[in-house]
Amino acid sequence: MKTVEELDRIRKQAQAMTRLREGKETTRIVVGMGTCGIAAGARETLAAIMEELAKRNIQDVVVTQTGCIGLCEQEPIVDVIKPGATKVTYGKVTKEKARQIVASHIVNGQVVGEWVIASA
Amino acid sequence: MEFYRSHVLVCGGTPCVLEGCKGVRDALIAEVKRRGLDREVKVVETGCLGPCDLGPVIVVYPEGTLYQKVHVSDVPEIVEEHLLKGRVVTRLAGEGVQAGVVKYEEPTYLGVQERIVLRNCGTIDPESIEEYIARDGYRALAKCLTEMKPADVIEAVKKSGLVGRGGAAFPTGLKWSFTARADADQKYILCNADEGEPGTFKDRLILEGDPHSILEGMAIAGYAVGADKGFIYVRGEYVLSIERLGKAIEQAKALGLLGADIFGSGFSFDVEIRKGAGAYVCGEETALIESIEGKRGEPRVKPPYPGTEGLYGKPTVVNNVETIANVPPILLNGADWFRKFGTERCPGTKVFTLTGDINNKGLVEVPMGITLRRVIYEIGGGIPGGRGFKMAQTGGTSGGCLPKELLDVPMDYFTLPEHGSALGSGALLIMDDTHCIVDIAECFMRFFEHESCGKCTPCREGTARLHEIVAKIARGEGKPGDLELLDELGSAMQVSSLCGLGQAAPVPIKTMLRYFRDEFEAHINDRLCPTGTCGT
Ligand SMILES: Cc1cc2nc3c(=O)[nH]c(=O)nc-3n(C[C@H](O)[C@H](O)[C@H](O)COP(=O)(O)O)c2cc1C
Ligand code: SF4
Ligand code: FES
Repeated sequence: MKTVEELDRIRKQAQAMTRLREGKETTRIVVGMGTCGIAAGARETLAAIMEELAKRNIQDVVVTQTGCIGLCEQEPIVDVIKPGATKVTYGKVTKEKARQIVASHIVNGQVVGEWVIASA
Repeated sequence: MEFYRSHVLVCGGTPCVLEGCKGVRDALIAEVKRRGLDREVKVVETGCLGPCDLGPVIVVYPEGTLYQKVHVSDVPEIVEEHLLKGRVVTRLAGEGVQAGVVKYEEPTYLGVQERIVLRNCGTIDPESIEEYIARDGYRALAKCLTEMKPADVIEAVKKSGLVGRGGAAFPTGLKWSFTARADADQKYILCNADEGEPGTFKDRLILEGDPHSILEGMAIAGYAVGADKGFIYVRGEYVLSIERLGKAIEQAKALGLLGADIFGSGFSFDVEIRKGAGAYVCGEETALIESIEGKRGEPRVKPPYPGTEGLYGKPTVVNNVETIANVPPILLNGADWFRKFGTERCPGTKVFTLTGDINNKGLVEVPMGITLRRVIYEIGGGIPGGRGFKMAQTGGTSGGCLPKELLDVPMDYFTLPEHGSALGSGALLIMDDTHCIVDIAECFMRFFEHESCGKCTPCREGTARLHEIVAKIARGEGKPGDLELLDELGSAMQVSSLCGLGQAAPVPIKTMLRYFRDEFEAHINDRLCPTGTCGT
């Protein structure tokens, strides 16, 4: 290696691989994965979110799952939690809606108001 | 680049390997694939996470949930519940876990720990140079080579107050300056990874968990003193360390982080691995040098010291693995940063292998100067069965014994000797009140008799006689005057032995006599072993 810039470039790329383990506060997308959620298609929703993030090369978002929160008829349910902002909960998130949420809420910071079922 | 929502880190340290972590890793990979999660969940093998006694250990990120004693049969449940549905499997998350979530980053186990040396152990894949680089790897080397002069590097290490972690506590910056000043056409950096001390496995787990930190530290040392060649002398049994170091060297060479003209600075550095010859004394720096030269591993007469006349007669720096692992963070963050940890006289941290009668056995890194009480009761989770503390042995056989009286003494390289004890290399063996001191002493002295290389008389004869006398006392055949004889013989060995082996062999006996004399006396005068261990 001949320059420090080369090292910096590798580091930036590689940090994307380990960021998940740093425990730093970042945007979190939480998908409801109770039996009800899975039955309603939450697996596909989650896959769509992952795909969309990968396509856009978004590395600093953490995607996790949670159990049933008792709003089974609203499943698949997706929470978006940005650092310093209130939690936004979306209901009946299909694959298509999921992609849209990534595009507008995650990328552009625009909450997709019509699908929101709770915000606290 | 692929994007994963979850990383499952499987500890691949030797203690966990022995518990079957490879099978767990393979089962995880297979199950994740079977569930169709293989594009979302990445399984990574990592270095020691610390709680080795609870292995195999895995951590699931981003939650940081630590699962212990994971068996292949637990894998489907972890995948289904945690990775698919996001529910922590409380059953495997360990005892005393509240609300079912253990954050690996902040369990009580790691409560008072500071991670400098182990900064990457259990967090990165040790076989990936990219993951090391992601955590600021090789940045310190870049900084040294492009922004600092060799003298500045030495000055920074001096200012940090770093002292050798191999046992002798020699100031590292000062050691480097001797070699830097020496005029020679060739100089060497040796990493001492022989780790022959019974009960110590910290160097092994550092090498397994973060091999690149050693290569980077050695290259920095090379630049500071003007050496272009390094050897790592690794204990022969450390198969995994040798394998991972080998891979790391290849990767670093491929990226040009070892080799010629690193960062276009004109500085070149290469590292080779040498397997240890198997004797305890080969960890002594001059015996180690003899061994690398292909000779029988026996200590040389000092002076001259290796710093000016070492490997092949050339100026040579010998440093312990843990010492070297401290070097990159010191250079990257500065001496003042390092001095924030530990004590004024002894800055930084110390890595211990916590073993014996203690609830949480494993690898811990604590600020220098922490008290034994805190290590045992806060980090170690206390003594099993609520039994009483009798003593701790620091630094393996060559270290000292810490009795109850020293539970609240700051543990560092300078304070313990003031109490007739020593910090040593890194073992911390805890013994409860069921153990007999004479029995332990007999075991230690047997070790030294066996390991004495026989080159010099005080140690060759002395270790045999020490063992003989202690063994007699244990058998109930001790005579009045034996304890005085042990003391006298020990003092003679300390001043007249050629190397540290013979000089340190009497240390455990002397501390035991100082703090547990009544137990020796009971064996001699009353033919009684107070704990009922010895056949008196
Ligand atoms: C008998 C004996 C065994 C030793 N074994 C080791 C060892 O296994 N590892 C080690 O780092 N130092 C060992 N040492 C200490 C080394 O001689 C030397 O002091 C040390 O490697 C220097 O490194 P440091 O300044 O970084 O501590 C041993 C010393 C003696 C006398
Ligand atoms: S002190 Fe012991 S180990 Fe060291 S040279 Fe003498 S005989 Fe050998
Ligand atoms: S080797 Fe696995 S926790 Fe130490």
